[in-house]
Amino acid sequence: MSQPMYEARVPIHPRSVSGRFRNLKYGILVLAYGVFFLLPWLRWERETGPSQAVLFDIPARQFYLFDLVVYPQDIFWLAGLLMIAALLLFFVTGIAGRVFCGYFCFQTLWTDVYMFLERHIQGERPARIRLARQPWNAEKLLKLGATHASWLLVAFATGLGFVLYWGDAPTLVRDFFSGQAAGAAYITAGLLTLTTYTFAGLAREQVCTYMCPYARFQAVMFDRDTLIVSYDQARGEGTAGRAKPGRGLKSRDERRQAGVGDCIDCGFCVQVCPTGIDIRDGLQIQCIHCALCIDACDAIMDKQGWPRGLIRYTSESALEGRKTRFLKLKTVGYGLAILVVGGLLVASIVTRPALDANVSQVRQPLFVQMGDGSTQNSYEIALNNKTQHSLDLEIRVVGLEGAVLDLGRIEEIILEPSQRTTVLARVRYAAPPGSPSRLPLEFEIVDRAGSMEEPLRIGSQLSLQP
Amino acid sequence: MSTNENPSKKPGQVETTGHVWDSNLQEYNNPLPRWWLWGFYATVVFALVYWLLYPAWPVGGSFTKGVNTITFMQDGEEVTTHWNTRSLLAREMQSGTQAVRQREMLEQVGAMDYETLLADVEAMSFVNAYAKGAFGTWCAACHQTGGGGVVGQYPNLRDDHWLWGGTTEQIEETLVLGRNGYMPAYRESLNEQQLEQVASYVLSLNGFAMNDADAAAGGEIFNGYLGGCYQCHGVDAAGLDSQGAPNLSNNIWGLVDVPGAANDEERIARVARFVHQGVQRQMPAFADRLSPTEIRVLTAYVHSLGGGE
Repeated sequence: MSQPMYEARVPIHPRSVSGRFRNLKYGILVLAYGVFFLLPWLRWERETGPSQAVLFDIPARQFYLFDLVVYPQDIFWLAGLLMIAALLLFFVTGIAGRVFCGYFCFQTLWTDVYMFLERHIQGERPARIRLARQPWNAEKLLKLGATHASWLLVAFATGLGFVLYWGDAPTLVRDFFSGQAAGAAYITAGLLTLTTYTFAGLAREQVCTYMCPYARFQAVMFDRDTLIVSYDQARGEGTAGRAKPGRGLKSRDERRQAGVGDCIDCGFCVQVCPTGIDIRDGLQIQCIHCALCIDACDAIMDKQGWPRGLIRYTSESALEGRKTRFLKLKTVGYGLAILVVGGLLVASIVTRPALDANVSQVRQPLFVQMGDGSTQNSYEIALNNKTQHSLDLEIRVVGLEGAVLDLGRIEEIILEPSQRTTVLARVRYAAPPGSPSRLPLEFEIVDRAGSMEEPLRIGSQLSLQP
Repeated sequence: MSTNENPSKKPGQVETTGHVWDSNLQEYNNPLPRWWLWGFYATVVFALVYWLLYPAWPVGGSFTKGVNTITFMQDGEEVTTHWNTRSLLAREMQSGTQAVRQREMLEQVGAMDYETLLADVEAMSFVNAYAKGAFGTWCAACHQTGGGGVVGQYPNLRDDHWLWGGTTEQIEETLVLGRNGYMPAYRESLNEQQLEQVASYVLSLNGFAMNDADAAAGGEIFNGYLGGCYQCHGVDAAGLDSQGAPNLSNNIWGLVDVPGAANDEERIARVARFVHQGVQRQMPAFADRLSPTEIRVLTAYVHSLGGGE
């Protein structure tokens, strides 16, 4: 027998469903869209800098997050943030499975919106299937055209919305539509329009099944106590399997006598599945744990007057009749790790000095002898004002009696907000005989206006011999 | 060999290819999604477009140039050629954001007088950064990377000991016109004993305990007709900028390695030998090699290194 080398995508036409999880998902969707699309428009009062609450200014290399201004030197915060994100994913996945996939992933959120549009233009599942099968005519052209147009509109809004984080939103929108924005803005918006349209409109579950690495490695974090969306095989199948509620199989008692389970094989759970699988086949790689099949089955069970939960959040342990253990070494470990990394990140942000200063001793040459017999060392002091006001700095040398600081003719070091500069400083010291080859000293930097609570001290050394 | 049969597929099971080896060994059939194939075709299309736009295929001794072009300035003329990274670099160096910013700063610094320049933190920060490169190109071959010089050969620019003066005007003049340093050899005019006496006198000026009689005799020669050293180095041996004659009393030894000598005898011998031989050194003129702005930046840099006056 011959088999195809490549498999065409089987179109999926999910039926809409209402219920607890659908409402929860709509809530998260509204919140996520609200934050994503409105955040760039939030204005913020600052002493200096843009009046946008969240702005990533690439040319100036400054990232504004409300009252926090992040500089490239703070890049390790990103490492902390990514660590927290990864650990949180491990933690949540270990306890409750693919929660991220089902409720928070961009792919799921945007696909949801696209399906919503599709349904409102083309109609419910049977209408869509009919439309897909019928030959091309005015109706099909109109409906499909309208669907794709609406998708492209959402895709473009997404692309533009993303771009607004990288510039002043009102100005950028005006420039964008008058053709005066930077090339990067058009390229980024265009690329995101294209990817959003392709992934959420055309590829959909193919992204989760074939492209996404998280989908694959989240399965590794599952164990027998992880919550999964699962069909209760024992209750649904009984001893004689599932059956439609035909003659003599209407009530639960009749079915139990016949050995038939509670599943009436209506297929609603399959019809609502956005990835087109049958949850009754067990845990599958395609399942994104969106829980819509739970809503579907619950609706049917309610109609039958039978208890809910034929499909429910449960664990393999619970299905086998044991208790689900949430307090596992794994989850506790991940939880602790999140707390530690989160604590370090917060501490690092809170205690960041307003002035970033670095002293590096000049090593070529390490020291020189001066005309008056003293020894001179040179230092490059890099200063970076991270505050939102200007600093009038004074540099002193402490910790070495008799050491003289020389900044040449420079008398005033005034740093505007976020200004960086390097000062070449020299220290002269008449070393008494018998001094060691290296002596410790400290540079003390203070703001003459007194904005710093205590002077910034940076340790260095003075070399007398190689 | 495999037999070709498709065992019945139970619900939830993955389809197999139908090949069965050794009675029960089968392979799953998980065909690639078809869009994956489209992805492959897309890369093919990308390659074709790329070949069309950019230099790609070798043809004999040449290559396909591509239709994409790049424009940059070469020797004051605008040149347009097929796209290549070498020209891209040239263009970046001419019109890239950083290159433009650097030119602006250079212009700004070039228009400042030394008084203002040396007191301006921002300008000196730029001077420091820019001059490191220029110094590395033009000066470091002799004066070393950090300006530390080489004892016996090239002057140290990090200390406050100047041969031709350490004011900005003097440093600039040194850079623009160059310098010819010369001290005559005394092998003809002074004998061995007299050379040692002069050496003793000079060493005594720098705090070394010498034989009083020798030092006194050396002083007679130094400040008298026989040696005439005072004519350049001055009566108190404090040096003379106009002659490039160093101060001989500050215990800084640029040419004779006195600090490296083990005892007084060796110190005297080293200094005496130097006077015996004399020295001739040259600092080349940079007027025709560097722009006035570059000379300004280098002057400010050298002034700030150690002991600008």
